[in-house]
Amino acid sequence: MTNTLHRYGDPDTLKNDYIVFAIATRKRNDENSVEKFKTFLRLAAQHNPVNMGDATKGGMYQPSKSLTPIVHWHREDPVRIQEVIEGIDKPTTAAAVFDNLQAVKEFLEDLKKADLGLSINISALTDDANRCCKEVGITRHSVEYSLGFRGALDKLPDKQVLEITTMCGHGMISAHFAKKMIDWVREGRRTPEEATRYMARFCSCGVFNPVRAKQLLEQVCRPKVGGK
Amino acid sequence: MKIDKAKCVGCGNCTYVCPMGAIYLDPADHRATIDADACVECYTCYRGMSTEHLYPPLIRGIRKLLSFFRLRFEPEPDVCPTAAFVPDDLQWPRIVRRAFSDPQVPHESTGIHGRGTEEVKTNDVTNRVKQGEAGFVVEFGRPGVGARFYDIQKMTMALARLGVVFEPNNPVTHLMNNPKTGEIRKDILNEKVLSAIVEFKANLTEVPVLLNEIEEVSKQVDTVVSLGVSTRCDENGDNPLEELLQKQGYRFWRGKTNLGMGRALT
Repeated sequence: MTNTLHRYGDPDTLKNDYIVFAIATRKRNDENSVEKFKTFLRLAAQHNPVNMGDATKGGMYQPSKSLTPIVHWHREDPVRIQEVIEGIDKPTTAAAVFDNLQAVKEFLEDLKKADLGLSINISALTDDANRCCKEVGITRHSVEYSLGFRGALDKLPDKQVLEITTMCGHGMISAHFAKKMIDWVREGRRTPEEATRYMARFCSCGVFNPVRAKQLLEQVCRPKVGGK
Repeated sequence: MKIDKAKCVGCGNCTYVCPMGAIYLDPADHRATIDADACVECYTCYRGMSTEHLYPPLIRGIRKLLSFFRLRFEPEPDVCPTAAFVPDDLQWPRIVRRAFSDPQVPHESTGIHGRGTEEVKTNDVTNRVKQGEAGFVVEFGRPGVGARFYDIQKMTMALARLGVVFEPNNPVTHLMNNPKTGEIRKDILNEKVLSAIVEFKANLTEVPVLLNEIEEVSKQVDTVVSLGVSTRCDENGDNPLEELLQKQGYRFWRGKTNLGMGRALT
């Protein structure tokens, strides 16, 4: 699973996108790990994550299967932090998404103290992650670099759409839907925040970054100076 | 996946949410229809859309009335008003599509959710990729394009000719007739998946040759190839792979960093 490896964007647009996740190794340290995953997410919740999730159950933003027509005028959309934590009932990959490096640093300090024994990874700009490790007194063990896309690149959507859709690396957020949301925001039919929420519900493991998505939508719809 | 035509009201919401663009409104009956060949069984439509359970004839009547007056109700775009999607009972070889496309289904071969193995994410426990080695993850179909196994086979056979040993605990390797030749079982070659990952490791000295081959074969496939390369760091957290990739002309700034906090219990 490389679902957070290839998030598309220039380094400047990835400065508010940090995913910290915990994973166990089958038959090596996954036994009795449920409470450790819950602890991981409880600690994460103390540092204002913008999303959190369990790979088998979903994230803070989830679809609802029993809506009533009132939803088209007024939509209740609770952010399910406690449900995500309490929902873990077997070994999984638990992830927390942050929009700033300081929060990641503080979370890592907590994780160091907790010493869960699970594998902990940061998916982000590698220089930022390395700096964060050094500041917390951690020597990074291994690194995986994204070398981007090749092949039939003509099949890819445009840059703005890719920046949004690759935040669900599993591909659950369709390029057609992201384009529709960009158009709706541009036409004033929905706010960037509403459009972001629609898309976040499709991410099935909670690694979608709604803060970055909202900012990207706002940029797409901002008038360009000098017609550039 | 199927759509219950008795329930579908032809609102068209689902046509946008399908990552493969496989859903369309059939002009003959104005109901949503799935192009079975294009569908990868990712369940995004079924699981990702919220649902109401409205009475289909009533909704059709309202839509018809509004349409007569050239009016269009603009509903929430992620909602199926009548819960019209029905999961199919998938059989071999079509079931392969779901295994590689729906991230909430674990692969029977690896027990891991998603499309690959644990890569370098658990390297602190497995020590799979050691110092002086590079781990490769070559993913096909990502982002949002989809891939057929005959394209993946072009890569696996080319890499096998260079002597690559594929990661045994990987779903694509499990589907090979012969991992030494990279040949994939014939009955799934035309199956389409949202994405699939080929994994292997090599010595750092072999990295330039392997990268060149991946670049060359990528030009021959009808899909997008995403590439990731990993390594184990030294006691200072440094690694020679970074410089090697820079020498090869790659620009990279994003990735996964394993913090080394994991440990085996047994």
